[in-house]
Amino acid sequence: MRVALFVTCLADTLFPQVGQAMVALLERLGHQVDFPAAQTCCGQMHINTGYQRQALPLVEHFTETFEGYDAVVAPSGSCVGSVRHQHAAIARRHGRADLADRSHALAAKTFELSEFLVDVLGTTDVGAYFPHRVTYHPTCHSLRMLRVDDKPLRLLRAVRGMTLVELPDADQCCGFGGTFALKNADTSTAMLADKMRHVLATKAETVTAGDSSCLMHIGGGLSRLQTGVRTLHLAEILASVETLHAPAGAS
Amino acid sequence: MSQVFLGMPAHSSPGVGALRGDQTFPQAARTALADPQLRRNLGHATGTIRAKRLAVVSELDDWEQLRLAGQAIKAATMARLDDHLARLEQEVTARGGTVHWARDAVEANRIITELVQATGADEVVKVKSMVTQEIGLNEALEQAGIAAWETDLAELIVQLGHDTPSHILVPAIHRNRSEIREIFLREMPGVDPDLTDEPRRLAMAARSHLRRKFLSAKVAVSGANFAVAETGTLVVVESEGNGRMCLTLPDTLITVMGIEKLVPTWTDLEVFLQLLPRSSTGERMNPYTSMWTGVSPGDGPQDFHLVLLDNGRTAVLADEVGREALHCIRCSACLNVCPVYERAGGHAYGSVYPGPIGAVLTPQLTGVEQNASLPYASTLCGACFDACPVRIDIPSILVHLRARHVEEYAAEHRLPSAESLAMGAAAWVMSSARRFGFVTRTARLGRVLGRRRGRIRSLPPPASAWTATRDVPLPPTETFREWWLRTRGES
Amino acid sequence: MSTPPSARDEILARIRTSLGDRTSTVEIPRDYHRTGGSPVGSPELLELLTDRLVDYKATVHRATPADFAAVLASVLESAGRVVVPAGLPDGWAPPAAVVDDGSLSWAELDAVDTVLTSCTAAAAETGTIVLDGSPDQGRRAVTLIPDRHICVVRADQVVRGVPELLGRLDPRRPLTFISGPSATSDIELQRVEGVHGPRKLIVVLVSD
Repeated sequence: MRVALFVTCLADTLFPQVGQAMVALLERLGHQVDFPAAQTCCGQMHINTGYQRQALPLVEHFTETFEGYDAVVAPSGSCVGSVRHQHAAIARRHGRADLADRSHALAAKTFELSEFLVDVLGTTDVGAYFPHRVTYHPTCHSLRMLRVDDKPLRLLRAVRGMTLVELPDADQCCGFGGTFALKNADTSTAMLADKMRHVLATKAETVTAGDSSCLMHIGGGLSRLQTGVRTLHLAEILASVETLHAPAGAS
Repeated sequence: MSQVFLGMPAHSSPGVGALRGDQTFPQAARTALADPQLRRNLGHATGTIRAKRLAVVSELDDWEQLRLAGQAIKAATMARLDDHLARLEQEVTARGGTVHWARDAVEANRIITELVQATGADEVVKVKSMVTQEIGLNEALEQAGIAAWETDLAELIVQLGHDTPSHILVPAIHRNRSEIREIFLREMPGVDPDLTDEPRRLAMAARSHLRRKFLSAKVAVSGANFAVAETGTLVVVESEGNGRMCLTLPDTLITVMGIEKLVPTWTDLEVFLQLLPRSSTGERMNPYTSMWTGVSPGDGPQDFHLVLLDNGRTAVLADEVGREALHCIRCSACLNVCPVYERAGGHAYGSVYPGPIGAVLTPQLTGVEQNASLPYASTLCGACFDACPVRIDIPSILVHLRARHVEEYAAEHRLPSAESLAMGAAAWVMSSARRFGFVTRTARLGRVLGRRRGRIRSLPPPASAWTATRDVPLPPTETFREWWLRTRGES
Repeated sequence: MSTPPSARDEILARIRTSLGDRTSTVEIPRDYHRTGGSPVGSPELLELLTDRLVDYKATVHRATPADFAAVLASVLESAGRVVVPAGLPDGWAPPAAVVDDGSLSWAELDAVDTVLTSCTAAAAETGTIVLDGSPDQGRRAVTLIPDRHICVVRADQVVRGVPELLGRLDPRRPLTFISGPSATSDIELQRVEGVHGPRKLIVVLVSD
């Protein structure tokens, strides 16, 4: 199986340690991962802000870059959600039926990390070790666009040494919402305040999620308040092993 | 009426009714967010009703099948809306009712005012109705010297408080018991001065206040939850009995409904009478549902008028993606689960239709550019879709309307917006890995901004909207792309 | 233009323009429960109906055909002035009851305490009773203005859910669905029973 890593533009530029964890994890599980160097961005930010025409070249570029692989895996429920639920529709709306068909086919083999591990590789125990108190925030697009359900939690429950604490009102949005965080900064901040209150109530040292974007939001708030709670992507925890249990690059 | 081609879909009347706020959503939300009492009231109310809804929905093992049926019935209704409306008119007329058609709010208000004037009455009792608020009927009647009395408890609270509703189902959700007591003491004639803030005492004060009105009213105005095309039957779903009072006791009944509120067949009601109460009040069934078909000799109003209103609905219908918003049965489940509504409250939407459904319906009724901030009043978290009893894909419609806004703005302005320029530049950069790599390397210059603990605490506008409350991580010394190239070489 | 188009023609034309070419038809999946499994009037349905009604703060009295008269008499003991529709079965109405022949004014109805009627059908799952204006149920005002409603429900009128309930009704009659006494949750979502409609609902459920 030829597996491509779609690292996402955000992880590429701001959270390279997430991509490195993806590679380490998948290789540890015995899979060769390719990083197609032509990749850039799925175009979700453009699409969700209303710039569909501008997103069209990104959709086409994404499709060209990845359609030759057997599977594509990404550390983002949100980006995979865009590929799966938006790409073909954008192409069709702009009269590109050919591209729509190709995007549709590619969407069927594009997976978020927990889906890839549980559904494609058929594993929930990836041999991780992480001796910390952790709470999990299920990001909205993983939960409601991809319907990953409890797959991330099943993976986390199998991590050795870890204390997993339930996050109150876990399924409530953190208030990120892409450009929503800028356009509606006050409402976004009010939502973030409640999310942080719940995180702090768990007394966890680490909050984890399947999306760097939501973690950047939650982590940005936790850092501003100097709470000492750190954010780590799900991939970073799953990549962590006993010999090296402090993930590289974690802040 | 402005001069348009016959049969071209049109938006709602500007200048009347309650579909256009004075402020954008972010501006109005800021006011609401600064009111801690309002946030407590909203948080308590939405939390309570969410739990109730979840409990009664989980009782039914065929809930998903009911949702799928509801979605399909509404799609079928819209696909033949003209035929169903003609059938409804025929059935209502055959049973002694009179059907009127109104292109917009102005026309509807004129028709209703003339109908009331023809009875000689100078007041009407009203059943809670979203559509009469949409068209600003109370104000229009007042201008004609006709008093309109709201009889739903929450609407009464809003009316007496000289306030506007903030929720579809519980319009006074933003008021707590002590605020309501204050309003009653101040505004309700003859109220017991020892009135406490106990909900039962407040409800009983409303009962005695309205009892005389009900027993003497000559004309009632109502909306409709459903109308059955094949039988001409109208349906009003309620809890307090004020609906029954209005629909039963006066001589004349005027019912106003949007042209989308139809179902084709009697059998279809078996789906909606299960979906609506569980989704809205979180009850297995609401206390009272009234159904009537035209006029029943010797029982109820002997003069019945049905006003069918467009007011922008045909413009919504013209949008193949957006028309799904017309499937809404006004249950308000999407409001109660929406994290944005819960913080910002209903008034921030500037429309009688707040919350997620309002954010997709209002801009389509008025034209997107008149409510351009509403499609952005969402994080696209998707909770609204999961709660919607007729499976309206609100997140997808929001995204679609954002695109309409961008396109319509571009068509109306010679100069592109700053955002549009930035988005265009970003798309150009990101459609090439070479350009993208170059830009991300340059972005590393941003590291100089990170003054403490590897975090950036302040950025210039527009990014300052982020850094006001949130740090930004410092760009790493090496992007993933560079790491891969350094450690794995060319792929 | 000679005569301006009517609003009716204009709106219908707008709809046709908006819909454009209509080729597809919509199939409606009806694989939700349309029948409930339990036979009409079966003991489990009567139990469920009772449970739901009590949950809504209605009062339920069970009776058999043999003791129905006695149960009804005891319920009526504290009922005050009673009004009944003209077509109520013989022997139900107390001797002093006012019979509504359709001429009572709203004020006269407001002066009685209790209305006693039969019903058309009931759904156990939702605790819903339906009146359709038949002679034993009367015009709608009679069951609305008095403060207490005593409603007699026979076992053979009790179905499981909403679909079966609607199947028993004539849509062209004036219909009132009652699920417990009137209520409001408009103040802090705290339920208060009894606002404008009858504040007390008393059901006499008759089965063998």
